[in-house]
Amino acid sequence: MDFTELSLAQAARMLRDGEISSLELTRACLQRIHQFDEKQHAFLALRPEAALDEARHADRRLTTARGEGQAPGPLLGVPLAVKDVVCVAGLPCTCGSRILEGFTPPFDATGVARLRAAGAIVVGKTNTDEFAMGSSTENSAYGPTHNPWDASRVPGGSSGGSAAAVAARMVPAALGTDTGGSVRQPASFCGVTGIKPSYGRVSRYGLVAYGSSLDCLGALARTVEDTALLLGIIAGHDPLDSTTLEQPVPDYLQSLTGDPDLHGVRVGVPREYFIAGIQPEVERAVHQAVQVLATLGAEVREVSLPHTEYALPVYYLIAPAEASANLARYDGMRYGPRRTAPDLWQTYAATRGELFGAEVKRRIMLGTYALSAGYYEAYYAQAQKVRTLIREDFERAFGQVDLIACPVAPTTAFRLGENTSDPLAMYLEDVFTLPANLAGIPGLALPCGFDSQRLPIGMQLNGPPLSEALLLRAGWGYQQSTRWHLEAPVL
Amino acid sequence: MALTREEVEHIAHLALLNLTADEAARYREQLEAVLEYAARLQAVDTSSIHPTTSVLAPLSVTRADEPRASLAPEEVLRQAPDRARGMFRVPPVFD
Repeated sequence: MDFTELSLAQAARMLRDGEISSLELTRACLQRIHQFDEKQHAFLALRPEAALDEARHADRRLTTARGEGQAPGPLLGVPLAVKDVVCVAGLPCTCGSRILEGFTPPFDATGVARLRAAGAIVVGKTNTDEFAMGSSTENSAYGPTHNPWDASRVPGGSSGGSAAAVAARMVPAALGTDTGGSVRQPASFCGVTGIKPSYGRVSRYGLVAYGSSLDCLGALARTVEDTALLLGIIAGHDPLDSTTLEQPVPDYLQSLTGDPDLHGVRVGVPREYFIAGIQPEVERAVHQAVQVLATLGAEVREVSLPHTEYALPVYYLIAPAEASANLARYDGMRYGPRRTAPDLWQTYAATRGELFGAEVKRRIMLGTYALSAGYYEAYYAQAQKVRTLIREDFERAFGQVDLIACPVAPTTAFRLGENTSDPLAMYLEDVFTLPANLAGIPGLALPCGFDSQRLPIGMQLNGPPLSEALLLRAGWGYQQSTRWHLEAPVL
Repeated sequence: MALTREEVEHIAHLALLNLTADEAARYREQLEAVLEYAARLQAVDTSSIHPTTSVLAPLSVTRADEPRASLAPEEVLRQAPDRARGMFRVPPVFD
């Protein structure tokens, strides 16, 4: 049996039933990482010995649970990976930056702690654009990740390491983060499934802050069922994150049973998302995917999100403004390396100037400018007002439809280096994903085809706040009827 | 949206970022391009629109003011590039 082909849910089930052991599964994942990660560079840190120890321990607990007729943790013995902007106790957390080189957090993020409490084994940390700022993982200070479908192309970003690791069958699932599309766009580029939950649904405690009014912890896996399983574990109120909601977490897996029937579900297709510049193969594949939803009984109609064209400039003022404040803490005093200069202020500026990468400095500069005296009203305050109009577009649309279906990104994976010299061209990759962050609504990315170069194409489903159960049900119905998510790259 | 070299240097100073002359020149061009793109927001009438600072309803969250376990000081200090006598050691603030 090829253990690395198992989905997360399959692996968890087979572990519980004693059909496979955590040691064989974890060893198979580590071996695949060992074999292919020199080429893919999905990982920044690994803990093979500790993971194997935990696997042996999990096997003992699984045996005990079976003997006593008890249900073990839902993920007991399953290996996972975590994006390197999320803290795992005892593992380095660099955020893809030299300014955090050598930093080892002494605590787990709440999402990580909940996965571990459910029995999951963290095998390592995955590559990311520096501080999650980027759409290609090329902004990592530790070198880019390569797309498993074509090593000359980017995996998307910023959770490119997580997406590539899942697509390359190195782990069945991984945590990612999504501030403007950083779970969904790499999921699309790598042909895997990714969910960005509603703002407030999942704790960000232990997630290194980038844009605090936008950041979400999310999950990447190979099936909708797997993302539902993960979301059910990481979601919910956390006293350590005052932005988490008190609302109870539904049983997401419960909504993925029975016939994949979508009668009574109204799906809107926003006309503003099919714009000039979108790759024709992407447009065709997404329209075909919407037809599949219609075949399952969904009622499809056109909707309008008239302020869509403003989402990109709004995001690229608000996110850098928040980033410029959040990243003020990196000054070489409490963690990370220091570049010593004659006095304190020069030491700060030397440390930050030398150890932040080009894109991070660009966004700090942009954000500082947008917040500075004389420009605050025209840029930052105006962006926050237009953000309200973007939210209201979605509120109006969700008065007419239950879900919105659209492309994840305007293109398939581009070549390494293709967009690095033009920041604006790179930012345009996020044009269909960042509205969901601005509005705080959930988004699910699903594989829905390939282009003529055999690069994956993704469809995105969006819903109103806290509509994850319906989003997952529609995505699950789609995957029950199609086979795109089962395709695997040849490494 | 024209940016002067002095403005770029001023922003870098506010952000506490040492930039090389090359970086300053490059950022001047790139920030100009992004700000020019962002200028389209000025065309939107927002005179009666409230800003969104968070998508969540405004809510002050408090917790009980009770002592509880925290990270050990030595564990926290272990991460610092320079430390002495249970404290972070930093370059002089004043001469």
